[in-house]
Formats: sequence, C-alpha cells, structure tokens
Amino acid sequence: MRILWRTASPALLRDVGLVCLADGIVAVSFGATCVGGGLAWWVPVALSVLVFAGGSQIAAVGVVLAGGSPVAAVLAGAVLNTRLVPYGFAVADVVGPAGPADTGGSAVAIVRRWLARMLGPHVITDESVAFTLRQDSPERRRSAFWACGVSLFVFWNVAVLLGVVLGSAMRNTNAFGLDATFPAVMLALALPTLTSRPTRIAAGTGAVIAVALTPVLPAGLPLLAALGGLATRWNGWRDRDGWHPRGPWGDRGRSGGGPAGPQPARDDGDAADPKELSAGGKR
Amino acid sequence: MMPMTAIVALAVLTYGFRLAGPLLRGRVTVPVAAERLFADAATVLLIALAATSALTAGHGFAGWARPAGVLVAGVLAARRAPFPVVVVAAAGVTALLRLAGVS
Repeated sequence: MRILWRTASPALLRDVGLVCLADGIVAVSFGATCVGGGLAWWVPVALSVLVFAGGSQIAAVGVVLAGGSPVAAVLAGAVLNTRLVPYGFAVADVVGPAGPADTGGSAVAIVRRWLARMLGPHVITDESVAFTLRQDSPERRRSAFWACGVSLFVFWNVAVLLGVVLGSAMRNTNAFGLDATFPAVMLALALPTLTSRPTRIAAGTGAVIAVALTPVLPAGLPLLAALGGLATRWNGWRDRDGWHPRGPWGDRGRSGGGPAGPQPARDDGDAADPKELSAGGKR
Repeated sequence: MMPMTAIVALAVLTYGFRLAGPLLRGRVTVPVAAERLFADAATVLLIALAATSALTAGHGFAGWARPAGVLVAGVLAARRAPFPVVVVAAAGVTALLRLAGVS
C-alpha cells in the first residue's frame, strides 16, 4: 500500500481528494435521508459497505422510501450497476495483485494477493475507472486505481455514517431540502449520458411513463415500466455515431475516452457471450 | 422497508458485475449492442427515477419546492457546475422555498 502512495502523483492525489469530497456530500445526504425517511440506521451503512455503488444505493432506497417492494429496489439498483461489467473489463489489468500471478512466497504474501484479488473488484466505481483510464503507464494505472478506489471507499462510508448521525439528530430532514438531493444526483449522473437523440427520446418517454403511472401502480413498478421507453430505441443501437460511454461523476469527461472507452473495434465473431450479457443483444 | 436479504442480494449481484471483467479477461468480450443496451437502460432508469422522485411523493404530487430545487440543480449540472454545487443547490433552493412557505 505504501508503494501505491509513492507512485501516485500529487496532482492525482489532489484530484482524488476533490472527488472524495464531492461524493462525501452526497454520502452525508444519503445517510441523513435514509434515517430521515424512517429506515433503520444500519440500512444505509450496510448498503454502503456491501454494495458501494452510490447511484444504485440511492435508487434502491428511493424505491423503498416511495413505498416500493424490496424486490423492485434490488432490480432498480442492479440494472444501474450493469454498467460495472464493461468497467471491469476496462480495468481488469490493474485489479488484483501486482506482479505475476503465482510467484509462491510466504503465507502472508499469498493471503495479501488473495485479498487484493477479492477486494479490487469491489472498489471498481465510475470514479476509480475514470482515474485509471486517464493514466499512461501500467504502474500509474495501478496506483491510480487503488488510490482512488480505497480512498473513496473509506470516505464514502465515513460520510454515510456521519449522515446517519446528522439525520438522526435533525428529525425533519425535509426542512433542509435533503429530499431534493436524490433526484438532483440522479439528474446530474444522467445528463452527461444524454448525448444522442435516440437516448434522449428513450429517457424522456421512460420518465413520462413512470410519472404517469405513479398514481395508479404500486410504488416501484412505474420505475421498471419506464424501461419501456427503451422500445423507442429499438433500431438505434446499430448507429455507432452519437453514442458515448457514460462519463464519471465530477468530470463529465468525454475526453480521454470514458470508462467504457478501451473496448474499441473488435471482432467478436466467436466471442462467447455470457448469458446475461447477450440477453439484450440482438443479432 | 429494506430487509438485510435485499441488501445482500443487491451486493452479490453488484459484486458479480464487478468481478466478471477481471475474471473473464481475455476470454470473453461484452457485445457492443449489449453494452449500449445496458448504458441506455441505466440512463432511462436514472431519468425516470429523477422525474418520479422530484415530482411525486407516495401516489401524489410532491409540491413545488422539491421540483424547483431539482430544476435548479439540473440547470447547474447541464452547465457543468461541480458536483457538490449541484447537490447543495438542490437542497438549498428547496429549503429556502419551504422556509418562505412554499410546500
């Protein structure tokens, strides 16, 4: 771990710090809103430690706070997190231990390697992937990934805990407008991805469907019905222009290739598609 | 209500999504069409969630203060304001409107 901080440049650490701060504000608001909405204190804490994906945590809790079922909450959160699949491929080379895979060593070294292999994937986020892909050397990629991933994990969880404490003390979080932060975060995350017209139409249609159905359907279902908006996009996935990978929080960056960037031209003629990946693909 | 089983289920699914790349690297690629479908599905969900959680509470209208705060935040986000500014603006505008008596 010490090596990691030495190879990480001051500029990188500063940027990581800024992102941690920005996400920290969201995390405080998340913790406060959860307990303000009547959830037990351990719900936001467990979500943050075990799921550790801001958007899906907020989405899942949003569904539940609106009266939706836990199943709908899990589904909504899981759909948002499917974007982590291409991220995982993009940073696969730096997740896990450094050096050749099976170079024996002491028991301690072996344990550490396995820890890295198991914990690395858990800190794959919009932010850590964006930082990783911006580096030029393999060594820097590795230190950027771990520096951002680990810092964010620590900051995020401490901030959620702080939010839980504040939220419990506040009584009425609505007076502070905290209920407006969830939709604001969702909007800020989604806006950079609305780059092509078909995507905008699909999203607009989905939003209209969801809002229109909210008065009549049980909570949670209108959100899933919004996916019907994708039908407007039926022919759209083929046109390669106009589609951009999701930008990370904070830097809206389309520069330097988004996190999903490093999967350019490839001929996947004989690639074996895992079931869940090909489910949506049509030939 | 959010039972522990639901949290664990979401955690397991999410970890699986994250693990797929490091585990399958070099053996499998994500089809471009699937990647796009996932990206668009996430965008549609985010926008729908933003709209419903901004405009509705329970089965009815949430009142004007919250959507107003979200609208201001949306404008700021579209103008690429820093993330903390967007979040604080949403809460601030909504809180001020409520202080002024707008529900």
